[in-house]
Amino acid sequence: MSENLTLPTQQGSTGTSTEELLRIEGLKKHFPIYGGFPIKRKVGAVQAVDGIDLTIGVAESVGMVGESGCGKSTAGRLITRLLEPTGGKITYSGQDITHASRKQLAPVRSEIQMIFQDPYSSLNPRQTVGTIIKSPMEVNGIDPAGGRENRVRELLELVGLNPEHYNRFPHEFSGGQRQRIGVARALALKPKLIVADEPVSALDVSIQAQVVNLLKKVQEEMGIAFLFIAHDLAIVRHFSQRVAVMYLGKIVEVGDRDSIYNRPRHPYTHALLSAVPEVAMDDETESRERIRLAGDVPSPIHPPSGCRFRTRCWKAQDKCASEEPPLLQISGNREGHLTACHFPEDPTTEARDEDVILDPALKALEADATEG
Amino acid sequence: MTTLTKPEGAPAPTGPDSFLSVRDLKVQFSTEDGIVKAVDGLSFDVERGKTLGIVGESGSGKSVTNLTILGLHNPASTTVDGEIVLDGKELVTATEKELEQLRGNKMAMIFQDPLTALSPYYTVGRQLSEPYMKHTGASKKEARDRAVQMLEKVGIPQPKTRFDDYPHQFSGGMRQRAMIAMALMCDPDLLIADEPTTALDVTVQAQILDLLKDLQQEFGSAIIFITHDLGVISNMADDLLVMYAGRAVERGTVKEVLRTPQHPYAWGLLSSMPRLDGDIDEALTPIPGSPPSLLNPPTGCAFHPRCAFTGEVSGSLCTDARPSLADGRASACHLSAEQKQTIFIDKIQPRLR
Repeated sequence: MSENLTLPTQQGSTGTSTEELLRIEGLKKHFPIYGGFPIKRKVGAVQAVDGIDLTIGVAESVGMVGESGCGKSTAGRLITRLLEPTGGKITYSGQDITHASRKQLAPVRSEIQMIFQDPYSSLNPRQTVGTIIKSPMEVNGIDPAGGRENRVRELLELVGLNPEHYNRFPHEFSGGQRQRIGVARALALKPKLIVADEPVSALDVSIQAQVVNLLKKVQEEMGIAFLFIAHDLAIVRHFSQRVAVMYLGKIVEVGDRDSIYNRPRHPYTHALLSAVPEVAMDDETESRERIRLAGDVPSPIHPPSGCRFRTRCWKAQDKCASEEPPLLQISGNREGHLTACHFPEDPTTEARDEDVILDPALKALEADATEG
Repeated sequence: MTTLTKPEGAPAPTGPDSFLSVRDLKVQFSTEDGIVKAVDGLSFDVERGKTLGIVGESGSGKSVTNLTILGLHNPASTTVDGEIVLDGKELVTATEKELEQLRGNKMAMIFQDPLTALSPYYTVGRQLSEPYMKHTGASKKEARDRAVQMLEKVGIPQPKTRFDDYPHQFSGGMRQRAMIAMALMCDPDLLIADEPTTALDVTVQAQILDLLKDLQQEFGSAIIFITHDLGVISNMADDLLVMYAGRAVERGTVKEVLRTPQHPYAWGLLSSMPRLDGDIDEALTPIPGSPPSLLNPPTGCAFHPRCAFTGEVSGSLCTDARPSLADGRASACHLSAEQKQTIFIDKIQPRLR
């Protein structure tokens, strides 16, 4: 069984916290596809998340990166139990919540909150800011000292908004301010874990830093654990102590920040890092490796056999197609740094002797250029 | 060298190399809420074979400028002032018929979202060949050969069979490649790329950017590359124009603007961006506030409500007078050149490392 190949016991060694808050094991979500006429039946499944293991410690911030369609958002929604898992196990503070009923979940729900990507669609346009932030407290029957309204004003102040704006509607705020409202709502119940799904990607560059700083302040001062889901590697690096890299429904590499960004082993992590466009501040930037993959991410309906990255990998061999690599602490990795690869790369991001160019069009054009 | 004139100055004769020259361009939309000054006195030049990058936040007027160059604005609600000269031809006053002959032929555009920019009703091949047949008078067969050749050039596997596919059968990265192929069909002299990779994943973005760069070397087109991502622009462009609230605030070569920026807005952009090799414990330095509404932009310098250095300028110059952008390497700011240099070296540069 492929999902048994991972070693989740080796995770959670970050130094900052040893106490475990959330543990997911072999978590799966398959969305069925129906087809056929006249009787519709299940003809396949989108294997959005296909067996991932991860732990999040108390007050730890974990980043999750990957390209669109790799299942990172689905993973976030499974953890908050907005989606019902197809398989695997979610344990929150020692309690199995994988298939917990609404009633059983009620006390847990207030401790796991979510911040959504789009601040324009995640706030009810008919409700005032006060109502939006107050409603989690009403639903959960929480009466803070000094009253709910007072608490809302405190929260507004905490996220850098004017408490006077209590009675305004979301459309009166800019994108960055709306995302602050989303943060205030997530904080209303004093959660222990916040799942932030691409919280800044809908914002302008100059506003992103404001929200990242706010989240970082909240995380550090209030001791809230974060699962920070984003596709922007530089922002994740800035925010997270530990980072998991996802590809097509699987975690291919997980480790502390330094290991992932400076000593990556999985070829996909190398490719991701080399693809990040960076402002060249001096002429030395050429020293970073250059990897250009070919094509796009394959469909999660029929993922490749064995290692899922093999169809775009420059090191793929027969073994990669037949055998799925387990997520292990391979030799040369530090403790807690797990890589799922049969033929890992050297732990460096320095430039190689020869660029890895897999794209046929690029290869042809660049061959022409060097000849001419 | 890209030479540019003051927005207020008289239209200068364009340099021998400048292929597209925009002088004191003003674009205004009349809306229910009032007049939106989307572009307000913008001048720039693009040389053949060179790439001009335009960066700015949403609503800074970068896309509107380029839609105006192509004449794709709605003439009923838009007033355009100023001059756009493409290879000796004035575009602002050109008729729709004249523009039609240029569009897709001499100038072409790559849009941000290839799924909405391609028609779902026609095959990719038909959409590629149509402008080619129209502009060159080629036969269907010739157009097909050319389209297949272009699809192959941009790296679409099995171009012969893919020619007859519909856009929904392509993946995101492939659609953007098809868009690039379409733009290059008639070998245009000017290519406008409006956030061509914003909708794509990083690994695909890297492929497309490198592809565009290599294709430019082969075709020798001038490119206007619009983006909000300074990292992308750093890899793509030769010259750079930073836009804020419908105006250019800084101009120079990419190296000059990104390594020794002079305008407080450019400082803010650079220091609010996390870097892969930056210091993690150092908090990011965001630009306070949010971009202004173009319905009633701030008086004087449009950036002054968000600027941290207005105190260094004597009197109320920042709130009263609009700073002008001089020729060549310049920034539109009331700070003196020495002040800019000392502030940059003392306060900004340490944050960027």
